[in-house]
Amino acid sequence: MAKNNTNVNGEAVVKKQNQWVEAWKRLTKNWSAMAGLAILVIIILAAIFADVLYDYDNVVIKQNISARLQAPSAEHWFGTDEVGRDVFARIVHGARISLAIGLSANVVSLTIGGILGACAGFYGGKLDMIIMRIMDVFLAIPGTLLAICIMAALGSSVTNVVIAMAVSGCPGYARIVRSAVMPVRDMEYVEAARAIGCTNKRIIFAHVIPNSLAPIIVQATMHVASVILTIAGLSFLGLGISPPTPEWGSMLSAGRAYIRGNSYLTMFPGLAIMITILALNLLGDGLRDALDPRLR
Amino acid sequence: MSENMKKDLELDIKNLVVEFRTDAGVTQALNGLDLEIEKGKTLGLVGETGAGKTTTGLSILQLIPDPPGIIVDGSIKLAGEDVMMKSEKEMEKIRGQQVSMIFQDPMTSLNPVMTVEDQIAEVVAIHEVDANGKPIAYSDAIKRAKEMLELVGIPGDRGTEYPHQFSGGMKQRVVIAIALACNPKLLIADEPTTALDVTIQAQVLEMMKGLRDKYGTSMLMITHDLGIVAEICDAVSIIYAGRVIEHGSLEDIFDNTRHPYTEGLFNSLPDLDHREQRLKPIKGLMPDPTNLPKGCAFCPRCDYAMEICQTQKPPRVYRNDEHYVECFLYNEQNIKEGGVIGR
Repeated sequence: MAKNNTNVNGEAVVKKQNQWVEAWKRLTKNWSAMAGLAILVIIILAAIFADVLYDYDNVVIKQNISARLQAPSAEHWFGTDEVGRDVFARIVHGARISLAIGLSANVVSLTIGGILGACAGFYGGKLDMIIMRIMDVFLAIPGTLLAICIMAALGSSVTNVVIAMAVSGCPGYARIVRSAVMPVRDMEYVEAARAIGCTNKRIIFAHVIPNSLAPIIVQATMHVASVILTIAGLSFLGLGISPPTPEWGSMLSAGRAYIRGNSYLTMFPGLAIMITILALNLLGDGLRDALDPRLR
Repeated sequence: MSENMKKDLELDIKNLVVEFRTDAGVTQALNGLDLEIEKGKTLGLVGETGAGKTTTGLSILQLIPDPPGIIVDGSIKLAGEDVMMKSEKEMEKIRGQQVSMIFQDPMTSLNPVMTVEDQIAEVVAIHEVDANGKPIAYSDAIKRAKEMLELVGIPGDRGTEYPHQFSGGMKQRVVIAIALACNPKLLIADEPTTALDVTIQAQVLEMMKGLRDKYGTSMLMITHDLGIVAEICDAVSIIYAGRVIEHGSLEDIFDNTRHPYTEGLFNSLPDLDHREQRLKPIKGLMPDPTNLPKGCAFCPRCDYAMEICQTQKPPRVYRNDEHYVECFLYNEQNIKEGGVIGR
């Protein structure tokens, strides 16, 4: 909706309402998405200011055997682990690693998989065939197994985890983007765009992709969640981030031995994973509703 | 040739043959279509669904989906230049600038996630250049878009809205604004009012007529509605199974109808003065374009069909300089007099 304002000269000025502004307005009306977003913002802020809250070397890494296995208390909110480190501090720093890897792996696979999928879907024919069969080869290997293979081949480091996650995420994106692009490609407005002289590049980026964004955004938010989960899984198996780096999965793994007497060692990292993923999924669903022009 | 010299043609299509080649067979969409539009004039291309009307429009813009469609033969000249010789890059410059097209359904021919002014500005930004020969600034393109909106009767400040906030008639006005934004020499209107209800149809037609006269645009009006033809066209080509079977000025076609198919089209229209008269629709359906009859394509449905019609293609017989018919009923003599068919 355009609103008429007047500028200093008294002329009518039309304030342009961006589609993203409108989408944001609709998003704010969706309480579950806003709850997801709020939780996510808290986690992101915690990750950004983790160093301010807890010193990495002195609190998160340094062992303090005298304070080992303490139950949650005012001093240690989530208790201490088997070598006396504060669990809350480690979870806060763990958020940093999980989110950083989740986002960066996601950006890489979205870019590569997205462009491959868009080309496959838009041009179709032989190109589609070649790209999608290669993607099928990747899809034939379970994502975690593929990541394990890559980690085993490259060795475990943060960069390698990102590479492994990015590679295993590509086929999923390629499929989603391709299937989102295909119906849009045949829309009359794409033909109309061609009839006014748009180049293929312009048609893909200005007409086709904006119209197929909704499923891609949902996939992107959900995929961050699944990457975080896979990293946790890898670390749990001892293949992801190696101790003493505070990673939620490896914390779960370490707490496993004490699950009977000190269940909070596994409960809190588990909760951190669960809440983060829940928040991402809620936001993803909300974004899909907000961005779908048919629901406006 | 000498005929072409005296006429100033905006569009000249000769013997156009377009086929869609799929695994299921070869669909013969256009079979030697001839079409001429003089500068500033409007030609009505009239025919049934599947006669090849839209294919003709898309061929002019070289937008036949390929594969499976291919132009097998013929030439398409825009202001004397053969578009089949043009590269894709050159065609991109022609589309929207020299020739633009209005699509049938305004509901689907606008991008739902782009504001209407952005969509009009897009074509302006692609084609228009400023005084230095550089592409014009986007803000100027937006300004132009608002002017175009005003021109088609929509307040300029509604440009920031999305297509779904517009009614069908307004959307078609936006589509027309996009098509006319760069002052094209030729406008291809593919059933521009079919998706609209009659009151809006009349408004939109009236507006198109006004804009056409104002800018001197030539127009190819693709339609199946003879009422629209009478309203807006200077000349008419009747197309059947990918071929023009009768062509002439508005008076030639309406007052001196010659081809049985054209007669059938008129008889399918309800006549308000003689309401007791029953409609006489043309029997049967268009022939299967993958398997066209050997002779005249209309022969299986024609009331006047003769033996020769089944085996040979009818030659072209001229009634005057412009009006011609492709039908065995006529020869040089009786075509002038008429009275061969019921009309």
